[in-house]
Amino acid sequence: MADLALLNALRAGAHGSVDADAGPRPSDLTLRLGRSGDLPAAAAVLLGPRAMALATVVATDETATPDGDLKVRYVFEPTAPGAPDRFVTLLVSVDAARPEVPSLTTAVPAANWHEREMRDLFGIVPVGHPDPRPLVVHDGWPQGVYPLRKAFDGSRRVPVEPAVEFPHLVAKGEGVFEIPVGPIHAGIIEPGHFRFTSVGETVLHLDARLFYTHRGLEKRMEGRSPLDAFYVAERICGVCSAAHGLGYCEALEQIAGVDAPPRARLIRSIALELERLYNHVGDVGNICAGASFHYGTATGLRLKERLQQMNERLAGNRFLRGLVVPGGVRLDLPDDLLGVLAATLEDTRAGLDSLMGRIEDNPSVVDRFDDTGVLRRQAALDLAVAGVAARASGVDRDARRDHPHGAFSGPTPPDLHVVTAPDGDAMARVTVRAAEARESIRLIGEFVRRLGPGPLRVALAEPLPGGRIGISAIESARGEAVHWLRTDAGGRVERYHLRSPSYHNWPAVALAAETAIVPDFPLVNKSFELCYSCTDR
Amino acid sequence: MLRILINALRTGVVTTRYPAEPSVPPDRFRGAPVLRPGSRLPLPAVCPTGALTERFDAGARRVALDLARCVFCGRCAEDPWAGAVAMGRDFELAARRRDDMRIQVVAGDPAVPAVEPVVGPTADPIAEAERASSEIHRVLGRSLHLRHLDAGSCNACDWELYALLNPVYDVRRLGIDFVASPRHADGVVVTGPVTRNLETAVRRTVEAIPEPRVVIAVGACAASGGIVGEGYVSAGGVERVLPVDVYIPGCPPRPEAILFGILVALGRLDARRPPREG
Repeated sequence: MADLALLNALRAGAHGSVDADAGPRPSDLTLRLGRSGDLPAAAAVLLGPRAMALATVVATDETATPDGDLKVRYVFEPTAPGAPDRFVTLLVSVDAARPEVPSLTTAVPAANWHEREMRDLFGIVPVGHPDPRPLVVHDGWPQGVYPLRKAFDGSRRVPVEPAVEFPHLVAKGEGVFEIPVGPIHAGIIEPGHFRFTSVGETVLHLDARLFYTHRGLEKRMEGRSPLDAFYVAERICGVCSAAHGLGYCEALEQIAGVDAPPRARLIRSIALELERLYNHVGDVGNICAGASFHYGTATGLRLKERLQQMNERLAGNRFLRGLVVPGGVRLDLPDDLLGVLAATLEDTRAGLDSLMGRIEDNPSVVDRFDDTGVLRRQAALDLAVAGVAARASGVDRDARRDHPHGAFSGPTPPDLHVVTAPDGDAMARVTVRAAEARESIRLIGEFVRRLGPGPLRVALAEPLPGGRIGISAIESARGEAVHWLRTDAGGRVERYHLRSPSYHNWPAVALAAETAIVPDFPLVNKSFELCYSCTDR
Repeated sequence: MLRILINALRTGVVTTRYPAEPSVPPDRFRGAPVLRPGSRLPLPAVCPTGALTERFDAGARRVALDLARCVFCGRCAEDPWAGAVAMGRDFELAARRRDDMRIQVVAGDPAVPAVEPVVGPTADPIAEAERASSEIHRVLGRSLHLRHLDAGSCNACDWELYALLNPVYDVRRLGIDFVASPRHADGVVVTGPVTRNLETAVRRTVEAIPEPRVVIAVGACAASGGIVGEGYVSAGGVERVLPVDVYIPGCPPRPEAILFGILVALGRLDARRPPREG
């Protein structure tokens, strides 16, 4: 279903050919650009007049196929509320002998990390990129070794070579201090290095260095049966287990050409909302720790613990692992558990309302949250920020509505109230989380009411169809995650890529920190509450 | 302020009595898999982490399960192996030796006599925990301070460690705490398989902890590499980088399983320390 107006606009600005195909899904569009030099003009057509945003960038090594090249797919998605569920992919071929593409980063800031990652892992150089430092591979990585190239053997460790100190981006001047923090932090937190430059307490610049937990999981999944690789996808991130497991399954089910049964879709959505709920409730508590409001922290942790115990009763695992499986769900929700679930949710609602009351009544807490760590709406749009962080800056996006999945993909999806707030500060992120947690409780009630009898899963026959692509976007607790999966000729995983919500949101944390003072950074960071592990993979 | 006090009183005490009283996980909880000797046990390929292995000797098929590698996904207990493997509810699986986490049974031909597990986890976990709990008071004067070290975890184990500080588990009641500096620590709890980008930080953090110190590998990734395994950026487990005193299986281990492992570690700490004077 080529959009003629779009195609004409792209061809008008292109020096090479532009060919259009439907795909990966029937509603999607893939545009092959004959010349990679046409990329910036094509991206401008999608971003400006059509208000699209960068969803993900996927590079592939196809040097061993008849094409004999590397390919990069820049996947865009509409941002207007109510726009059709559609991905538009710009596909360029890259000469393996001279692997270069023009950089989009100055025009599309959200492309920044994607391009640096592509250079580290595939050796594809984004020409004109403003920040040529390595991103994923750290000090001592050998020159010219690209781990996601097919010729690279990912099963063996690579020796560490002598290295110079990493060049942090810092401000310089009289009275300017550098404050290094991490990668090992003082609390029980994931690892990352934050290099602040400050004058007194005021943050001038924050350079965040991540990818310490890069485990090579995408490479690890390659060459495996997609049914085996599922267990890796489910374990990319602890607190996004249900969301990432579901995203992988939906991409895989597209490839297999099957739909999960209606009852399974409802149970999947219940799992997704339970994951959002325990995260949001715990996060509201943790943000209180950033303002030294310990009653709030303890209350949030207590409510979260109750929900995780509920998870263990439903799924056998406190992070809901083992519930969602390819083809459907593995466990049913019998009536006795539904009774326990309803009682737990009612207590959670009462506990959350009480906690929010104590926060809003407490001027010293409100004073810390208000106007702290402000993310402007335009910055959120430029960086393609996802989830709570986007909605608290007035960006009305939610993948449950924009890319229906789970129980939202049926013919009569339940109403979804997408919560937004205009201010973009820590307070806005707290109130959006609380409102979304209440909405999750309402939605779970709605899903339970809709549960009818029926099968829990459909069988996926191996080998799976070869040479197909599946793409899905799931609204996790952190925001939209985009999964891209392709099978090889034998039906095994040829390439899997996850763009997590945190991947797009981390640069926003650095930006918001620059509106704050150094002692408020823990509060700013907790108000975004991002994952390192699903950013680093 | 008054409301906060009223709420706190209304909530009452929520703290668990574990380990003084046993903890019974819910029915669906997936703990240590139980392999039925003499049954048609699954092929190793079923396991996504290679925790299941087999070897043939004297006509018998011996199947071994490595609890350190197991991610408790339950796949080996699904059809058609549901009769041969069941997911048990035992979660107190921490062991001091890697070999103590291998369970072996003879599978296949019912004519071959069945054998009981050759080696299993610690014999009497609750007694072990209670004994170790009193060790805290004796060896460290009521206090064990641990430093957390994320060596590339998916954050599930990290969040479970953090949960130990919530009002329900409240490990400070047992004299256990997590500290900010390795210099203040008696030991370290490591999560993750040790990634290339963290290896230097891991070594330097552990070296900064005064001797004697305990190293506790929390979760499948730290204990064996787990789902990550060994690869271009993964060492495949903490023991590849430094000696480990206690391994805690799980993906992730539930908070009480971690608490059990910390208590097991305390017995070891006593053995390695010179006796206290006075």
